[in-house]
Amino acid sequence: MAWTLNADRPIYTQLVEKIQKDIVSGIYKAGDKIPPVRELATEAAVNPNTMQKALVELERMGLLYTQRTSGRFVTEDGEMINKLKNEMASEQIKIFLENMKQLGYDTEETISIIKELDKEEEE
Amino acid sequence: MSCLIETRGLNKKFKNKMALGDVNLQLERGRIIGLLGPNGSGKSTLIKIINGLMVPTSGEVLINGQKPGVETKKIISYLPERTYLNEWMRVRELLDYFCDFYEDFRRDRAEVMLKNLNISMDDKLKTMSKGTKEKVQLILVMSREAQLYILDEPIGGVDPAARDYILKTIIGNYNENATVLLSTHLISDIENILDEVIFLQYGQIRFHASVDDIRMKEGKSIDQLFREVYRC
Repeated sequence: MAWTLNADRPIYTQLVEKIQKDIVSGIYKAGDKIPPVRELATEAAVNPNTMQKALVELERMGLLYTQRTSGRFVTEDGEMINKLKNEMASEQIKIFLENMKQLGYDTEETISIIKELDKEEEE
Repeated sequence: MSCLIETRGLNKKFKNKMALGDVNLQLERGRIIGLLGPNGSGKSTLIKIINGLMVPTSGEVLINGQKPGVETKKIISYLPERTYLNEWMRVRELLDYFCDFYEDFRRDRAEVMLKNLNISMDDKLKTMSKGTKEKVQLILVMSREAQLYILDEPIGGVDPAARDYILKTIIGNYNENATVLLSTHLISDIENILDEVIFLQYGQIRFHASVDDIRMKEGKSIDQLFREVYRC
């Protein structure tokens, strides 16, 4: 199944985000080897050069590293992965709060709605 | 640089009609390039000139530093818009034919692809559907170990599932010394696999840029941009 990509943003930034998500959610764990460029490109149905560019960007961020002959690996720095996870969570929350604002709810109100929903689910 | 195709001031006139006007291109190795433009914008004319099937009115084209001829045909694998294969031939015979013709033809590769698309070796071209015929031709073309693949409308007649398979085949066969130049109208289907696009209009290059640069600058897909640029 090809990866779902949006039409309006560069492909490589979306590839970067997708792999970040796979790392944060544990699909690729700290220290795991990731598949070679061509395999990832075929899976995502994107150009191999674009995939390469995304992987190089992830290396620059420190999330991946290359071991000369044996391929690319996820960083073993768990703290870095946690930090990224928190950043991605904040980003999602900001977007959510913005959407709620557009519906006419301020942050306080949104939080109380969340709490109520949570209670209902527990019951 | 590793320039694979270079055109200098390429012009082609049919009587008084200009088909190509001052086309200057430099295309590198290791790229997948989309040649896009509305009907009659000069895509097929440019492709035919690169393949040596048409002579430009003025200007020149160099493939790997050479003018189109026997040497360049050895390194170009070309899928024309219309078939030139004999209708009475069976798939097996077509494979023999390509083996005889091209030193770089990889029969095993073709056989795997034919099997994956459930095409029998005993089938004749004549009895195949339009889509299946297109698949067979594309498989033949992609099974060569060429340096330049030129595909004129490669996915027009095939169903979406086979289209996905074909795109994966193009990605899978990708190697950094070879370039794929393909023309199509089905932009949204292929834009994720392209490095760069060339937009032709009235025989001239409207622009030539990398897909991600366009998306970054314009905030829209190539497909959306195409619809805007060529709005009727």
